[in-house]
Amino acid sequence: MRALQKLLAGAACFGIVFSLGCGGGSSTSSTSTTNTTPPPNTIASAAANVAPITVNTGPLPAPNLYANGAFVNVTLCVPGTSTCQTIGEVLVDTGSFGLRIVSPQALTLSLPQQNASDGNPMVECLQFLDSYTWGPVQTADIQIGGEKASAVPIQVLSDTDYAVPDSCSNPSGGSSADTVQNLGANGILGIGQLPQDCGVNITCPAIANQYYSCASATATCTPVAVAVAQQVQNPVSLFTTDNNGVIIELPAVSGAEATVSGSLVFGIGTESNNGLGSATVYTSDPSTLNFTTSFNGTNYSDAAFIDSGSNGYFFNDSSIATCPSSVDFFCPSSTLSLSATTQGFTTGTGTVSFSVANADTLFTQGPNDAAFGGLAGPASTPPAPAFFDWGLPFFYGRNVYTAIEGATAPGGTPPYWAY
Amino acid sequence: MFGTTSIPKGQTLSIKTKMFLVGSVFVVGTSFPAWAALGGDIASVQADQFHMQGTRRVTAAAAYTVHEIQGASGTGVREYVSSEGKVFAVAWQGPYLPDMRQLLGSSFEQYAQAAKAQRSTRMRRGPRLIEEPGLSVEMSGHPRSFSGRAYIPGMLPQGVLAEDIR
Repeated sequence: MRALQKLLAGAACFGIVFSLGCGGGSSTSSTSTTNTTPPPNTIASAAANVAPITVNTGPLPAPNLYANGAFVNVTLCVPGTSTCQTIGEVLVDTGSFGLRIVSPQALTLSLPQQNASDGNPMVECLQFLDSYTWGPVQTADIQIGGEKASAVPIQVLSDTDYAVPDSCSNPSGGSSADTVQNLGANGILGIGQLPQDCGVNITCPAIANQYYSCASATATCTPVAVAVAQQVQNPVSLFTTDNNGVIIELPAVSGAEATVSGSLVFGIGTESNNGLGSATVYTSDPSTLNFTTSFNGTNYSDAAFIDSGSNGYFFNDSSIATCPSSVDFFCPSSTLSLSATTQGFTTGTGTVSFSVANADTLFTQGPNDAAFGGLAGPASTPPAPAFFDWGLPFFYGRNVYTAIEGATAPGGTPPYWAY
Repeated sequence: MFGTTSIPKGQTLSIKTKMFLVGSVFVVGTSFPAWAALGGDIASVQADQFHMQGTRRVTAAAAYTVHEIQGASGTGVREYVSSEGKVFAVAWQGPYLPDMRQLLGSSFEQYAQAAKAQRSTRMRRGPRLIEEPGLSVEMSGHPRSFSGRAYIPGMLPQGVLAEDIR
């Protein structure tokens, strides 16, 4: 029943964005606003609830250097044992939920397989915007910084352990993210606003084509319904303490930097180093995990999100040229200072100033650099279905709180962002 | 055009649809399997409805009809059908991506090849915009909230603009 409610909520949002969300766009030139330089953000030093973050170019050599990828180390252990492996270059992603590690390129540990209700191995397909991840659900004890969670269902990324069904590969047109080469990382640490990757406390329905039962490596896998506890879990939710959300703390980046160091802080208002402080809480729509952004005359109502896994700002502005070389990024003739307003689903309003630099120039002048403060690119043009995507540059110079739905956190009812 | 307020959760899709599109609205209850969607004929819409285990609602605009399928997964699809009975555009919205092979029909392979070729600079992760001869595909969002559209530019009925597809 709760599953049905969730689906109906999703159906209501279908109407919102199609008919309302993207009305009235104008193509007037982008406006500059007065830019008062905010004081530098404070980045937490080493503590039990802190894991170091590094923005670097990732595990691959050129030409596949990652831009604006934030990475952490994650330690996985066979549950209940001290047989462990620490894996670096795991992408910090506030836009997904749960830990996914590429195997066997990164993960060589042999972990216990989780089974579907019919007794066959359970395998997951998760759809990202431009690719799918596929592979068996296994359990591991997880340690990140000083925080631990036991017997956490994770996804082991592999297109070869079990045959990829068409229903998994079709949405992305067969674009797999299951190798380090394709992913540009050893794995994805999904620490977004949900405790599980199919929703909050709902049985994941078979029709979602998200969990499958696979009788053998070559059998045709069939979609199955999966109970909450068996779904891939946001490991933060399963920490014994500091489990209501995270803070990503990165320094400001103007122009380009070779690497950037920051902190991934666990918990919100649970320790002396993770209070809300002066941050404003912006709630998100629990059914879509979106909030609202107004930019350049267009109101992205319930169609904007903050995502450390997007490596730029992505939005529509027909007045900004796209790059001749780095297509799909913006190349203004000089760096633009822009402004947008963000509004929470139920609470929170504020203005965000941001800059858009010439991506071709950034990449030419910093061919081996990893962090680019003004990296941005085009998105769909409203009134077509469109989003305003606040990617990793949004996090530079700003401590961004992500509170998990169903948890208790100060300043508001999760799911929320605060900054 | 309806301002910035959010729709209460309980409000139904049909009310918004009625506000939004001129013409009659009726629900199609039964469906029969067939194949193809984008670029296909109207029978292919029934195939999509069958595939999505969904309900279908049809609205008529000046130069086309919109078949709106609400899938059992929570993801909805709108299929734009010309007066000649051809599907010239599709759009979607919901927590899961639709089956693009089903939705794009004979354009799927072109989409898949363009998507794989689109491995762009510096591991770009953002919305997917594909502009191919004879096919435009835009995909936006994130897990739990996807939206997008696809259309065949040469098949848009006279007077219909890309911005009408949403």
